Amino acid sequence: MTLDAVAWDALRLSLWVAVWATCIAVPLALSVAWLLARREFWGKSLLNALVHLPLVLPPVVTGYILLVLFSPAAPAGAALATIGLTLAFKWTGAVLAAIVMGFPLMVRAMRLAIEAVDPKLEEAAATLGAPRIGVFTRVTLPLIAPGVLAGAVMGFAKAMGEFGATITFVANIPGQTQTLPIAIWTALQIPGGESAAAAMALLSCAVALGAVIVSEALARRVAKRIGGAR
Amino acid sequence: MKLVLKHSFGNFTLDFQLDAGAGITALFGHSGSGKSTIINAVAGLLRPDYGLLEVDGEILMDTARGIHTAPHKRRFGTVFQDARLFPHLSVAQNLDFGTRYAPQGISVSRDDVIDLLGIASLMSRAPNTLSGGEKQRVALGRALLSAPRMLLMDEPLASLDSARKQEILPYLEHLRDGPLGLPILYVSHAVDEITRLADTLVLLKDGRIAAQGTLRAVMSDPAAVPLLGVREAGAVIEATVLSHADDGLSQLAISAGTLELPGVRASVGSKVRLRVMAQDIMLSRTRPSGLSALNILPVTIANIRFGSGPGAAIALTAGEDTLLARVTRRAVASLELAEGAEIFAVLKATTVAPESIGH
Repeated sequence: MTLDAVAWDALRLSLWVAVWATCIAVPLALSVAWLLARREFWGKSLLNALVHLPLVLPPVVTGYILLVLFSPAAPAGAALATIGLTLAFKWTGAVLAAIVMGFPLMVRAMRLAIEAVDPKLEEAAATLGAPRIGVFTRVTLPLIAPGVLAGAVMGFAKAMGEFGATITFVANIPGQTQTLPIAIWTALQIPGGESAAAAMALLSCAVALGAVIVSEALARRVAKRIGGAR
Repeated sequence: MKLVLKHSFGNFTLDFQLDAGAGITALFGHSGSGKSTIINAVAGLLRPDYGLLEVDGEILMDTARGIHTAPHKRRFGTVFQDARLFPHLSVAQNLDFGTRYAPQGISVSRDDVIDLLGIASLMSRAPNTLSGGEKQRVALGRALLSAPRMLLMDEPLASLDSARKQEILPYLEHLRDGPLGLPILYVSHAVDEITRLADTLVLLKDGRIAAQGTLRAVMSDPAAVPLLGVREAGAVIEATVLSHADDGLSQLAISAGTLELPGVRASVGSKVRLRVMAQDIMLSRTRPSGLSALNILPVTIANIRFGSGPGAAIALTAGEDTLLARVTRRAVASLELAEGAEIFAVLKATTVAPESIGH
């Protein structure tokens, strides 16, 4: 049971895709979670449904929809191509698939955290002279930090494990779109590939375990800083 | 501060006007009378249907002209009933939060505030480890350090038990009488707090002003009895401590004579506020003798007001002060009490509870 170049490439790509997906998705998910938790607007239930759609749709369908929307021939794909960004059959597309699939999980965790913050604390901060941005960075954000962290970890884990939407949208190109789960699946298609698959599965477990340990440590640090409040 | 407010929600309408100056202006009203709405509108946390707010010549709110200054630019330090300390920050950091956004050039000494409120030993504590009284003192300190132009206090003592209240009231008195000299808008439904703290009193009923004036004028007005509640009504007068006797009674001078009262802790020569409950005053046509009560004052009837029930409220001129007594209609008739009559008021020495004696 050895790890060959294919496995390492897949791991490197998966980490790369997951880090990008998480970094892009966290601020977006936080904004959407904020809107859903704090604002009333026309089309709110539609936005909520849209965010949650990837959670209930078969991943293949989500991947198919992405393909229809973002293929170079489609309007959205063509528009992005003009700024030099192509998604279909590229690692960038894998990032988009990971973001879309992880988004509902991230929004849910962050929305719950925001809803748990008493707006009266933010009002008190405002009466003390804090402008909106100060209220957010010094009161709201520290209080929701554990929820944001939990959402980010879930998004990262989802990105590491995403398979169906990714393979449908960006296919299975070694070194380009072959993430770790896709590489494992590929190995299983080849006669005699079981040991390579097992090695990569173990690798996958190790990464997941590491992520959980790191997030727990981070959560403890945040909780300590918040001082066991509420 | 000039304030005009009109605001409706549900079938409740608030229609309010106030011209508040220095000292503590107290808004009294039972729950649902619109007190918190007023505080929130002044703080900028609520946009009223119609509102005009002018402080030191600066218009902070004028709905007719679309002016609504954001809460953080108004500089009204606000102390809420539920303290609202930031749970993720220590006491010291909560105080820092107040200082951080204080306007430059206006400095409030952190040491003075900590000293005034007696919170030096709490600095490293987390808010959730503090008692209710400690929380309110920290919240007050945080508001003071934001260098407000005025303090807004929304039932700051309502969630505290009597002992914790006693712990905070002296600090509020120091604040009123001390060098900071901040104007305070104080909202409460507790008459004991108001009689102890207020300089000016506004009585609210169903969203409208039912009475307003100096604390002494409003508290001794027979018309205020139904607004304050029969049990709570009673004049507030000023007295000077003359001496303390060994048996626990102290002699106090008021404009109409002297009173012997127990439990007075203020030092000799200092001025204190006395609250004389209306239901604890007895009236007599002749100077009574052979009574256990020690305090008998000659008074003149200034005003008699009959309520809807069997009672009557009577304003009594005692020297330069006005006392308020509550007797039955039947007593008014049998004693032939009328305005201008010179009679005697008998005050039981226990009339003024120790906690309602304040500087």
